[in-house]
Parts: sequence; structure tokens; C-alpha cells
Amino acid sequence: MVFTYLFLHDQGCEMGEPCAVSGEEHKRMAKRDESSELLRELVAHLRQNRTQLREEWVGRISETRLLTAMTKEEIFAEATSVYDSYVEALETETFEALQAYARNLSERIIPRGVETHEVVGIVLLLRDVLARSLFAKYQTDFKKLNRILDAYEPAANRIANTVAVGFVQERERVIRQQQEAIRELSTPVLQVRERLLILPIIGVIDPQRARQLTEQLLRGIRTNRAKVVVIDITGVAAMDVTVANHLVQTVEASRLLGATVIVTGLSPEIAQTLVTIGVDLGKMNTVGDLQGGIEQAERLLGYKVMALAEPS
Amino acid sequence: MEVPILKQGAVLIATFQAALSDADLNHLRSALVQQVVRFRSRGVIVDVTAMDVMDSFASRTLREIAHMIRLRGAETVIVGIQPEVAFAMVQLGLTLEGVATALDLEEGLAYLNQKFKTMK
Repeated sequence: MVFTYLFLHDQGCEMGEPCAVSGEEHKRMAKRDESSELLRELVAHLRQNRTQLREEWVGRISETRLLTAMTKEEIFAEATSVYDSYVEALETETFEALQAYARNLSERIIPRGVETHEVVGIVLLLRDVLARSLFAKYQTDFKKLNRILDAYEPAANRIANTVAVGFVQERERVIRQQQEAIRELSTPVLQVRERLLILPIIGVIDPQRARQLTEQLLRGIRTNRAKVVVIDITGVAAMDVTVANHLVQTVEASRLLGATVIVTGLSPEIAQTLVTIGVDLGKMNTVGDLQGGIEQAERLLGYKVMALAEPS
Repeated sequence: MEVPILKQGAVLIATFQAALSDADLNHLRSALVQQVVRFRSRGVIVDVTAMDVMDSFASRTLREIAHMIRLRGAETVIVGIQPEVAFAMVQLGLTLEGVATALDLEEGLAYLNQKFKTMK
């Protein structure tokens, strides 16, 4: 803030020229100047009492049972760096370093199961501890205390905000990454025999996954020159009307590519859904289980599977 | 642009080279229906590999072609529908009911030969 002030000042009045800064602006600058003056005093106070305040903070953290996933030593080490970054952010009023630290910290602690409320909780605790120490220091001079708090509170709020946002962003990044991974894994199109594909589907199908599934299947039919496809939905407990409709459309689109689709493993609930939406059963080829589906597919393709010997 | 119709044994093959106007489609329909009897063909293959859009008129015409040719005593197969086109068609409700479809020309010929064998 000091730098901004100087910068503005430079622009406003060149050396030797009359200063063009209005009285109003002067007042505001004076106020900002005073506030950074107070912040400097505050930072000096926090540096002086670093050990004691940090101890108190760590004590409060274990008291309120936050960060239970971490050991005492780890909490202490992290608390030290958080404290120092915090004071630094107050001093310089730049949040980039703190933001980077928060992201780095989140990266380390999210895999260990630290929750959002804990991270927000410890930052608010620190804010609380520091505010109390200010109360204790300036309790005789109420006016000064007020001014100090005026300078301290907005900065502290911004810090808390920065850390919380950094943590949540990191968390969302992890979630997005995992969703991506799950999506890629979720729809294998496998060739089990020449011209026979199977598509086992497991888990919940949302419209997005359904669309991806269709795309992969139709592409698979083309590249493998498949004539028969077995879609096994034993692992799908239920599907809504939209997805069921999508399944029917997939079956029809496959037919347009010249492939026959056999759907296997329909649960009673899914059967109910399909009947409710009024599927033309002449178009849907369904078999009870995957084995039956593959056997029928082999018949369609002209394969005949027989045992060469009795199983030993 | 007119669609060339090739004769290969007992089969007529019509290959779309690009997207067709409605007039071209009508022309193709009458040409195929005439030639199937003139050449005494037993099967017709319509190859739509080059089509990246299939509107309702095109798909209705294809269905009409197939049904008319059946009435004239031959079988029709539509081949080469692109995956994206297939799904778009289904979403629009254009499912070419009662029309045989195959992956590509080779598959279409195999399908017709199979049919001819069972018809004998």
C-alpha cells in the first residue's frame, strides 16, 4: 500500500510542479498511510511474540480437535509456516505467496483426509488468537485498539478468504481429475471373438456417460467391423427414463451400422422402466445373463462351441 | 449431381459421392426402380458412406426405395452409415424401419449373397 501511494503521488505532482492532489484525496491517502503504519506496528508485535502466540494457537487447535489426521509435530511445523506466511501477508499486503503456500499445503493434506471446515477453522482460530493478543496489548488505549483493528480485520479477512478459496480450488481440481479418470475407465468396448464385441456397463449411468458410451460403441463397431454386440448391464441397478431411451437409441443406431445388439442382465427395475416408456420389444434383443447373450451371439455369427473333453 | 449406378452380377450398386439435393434423390429413386427390373437384378446396395448429414427427406426416400424395390422383386441394403449420422438419425426418429443395413459395401454384398442362397 505504501508503494501504491508513492506511485500515485509521483503521477500527481512532478518535481517542482504544483501538486494536483485534491484535499479529498489527501485525506484518503493520509488514512491509508496511517493504516499501513498501524499494520507495521502490528506486524512488529506479531514478530516479537511469535513463539508465544504460535504455542497458543497450536494449543487451541488441539483443544478444538481440528486436524486429527496429523501428528502433533506435523501440526506444529505447519503452524509455524502458516504463522510466518500469515504475518508476511499482513506486512506486504500481497497474497500471491500465501496463495501458493495454501495450494501447496492443500495438495499435501487433502490426500490425508483433511476437511474444508478444519482448514477454515484453523485460520479463523489464528485470526482469533491474534485479535485477542491485540486486545490484551491495547486494552488501556481503546481508541488505538479500534484503529488497529480497523487495519487488522480487513487484511485478516482477506487472508482467511485466500486460504479457504485455495483449499477448495485444490479440492475441486482433485475431484475433476478423478472424475476424468473414472470416465475414461468406465466404458471398455472389448472384442471377444471375431466380429463380436461386448460392452460391460457397471455403475450409475448419467446422460453424459450414456452419450460417451454410445460414441465409443459405434466407433468400436466400425473399427472392429462387428456384426454382433452384447451390452451387459448386470452391474447397473437402475436407470432413469432418459438413459433408458438413450439405450434404445443406441441399439437402433447400431442396427443402422449393420450390427445386432443383444442386451443382457436387465434388472427387474430396468425392465419396469423400459416397459413404462413403451419400448418396441421387436427391436430390442434381450437375454437373461451375459453367458446366454454370448451364446446367442455365437449362434448368430455361426460359431458352434463344444467341449473337446470332459472337464477334469 | 447424379448418382452413378453400377451393375455387378445380380446386384446394382449406387454410391453417393456427396450430399444430394431432393431432386437428385427423387431421380435416384426412379432410376433404381426402373433398372432393377431391366437388369433382372436380385439385390440393390445403396452406399451412403460419403453422406455426413441425413435429413428426414433423405431417410424417407431411402426407405421408399427399399420398399419399392422389394415390391419389384429384389432386396435392398443401405451400407456405410457413419456412426455420428446413425445416432443423429435415431435421435430424430429416422430409424429406417424394415430396411436392411450393413457396415460397408463388403458386408452388404455378403448379406445379399446370404439372402440369395436362402431364397433358392
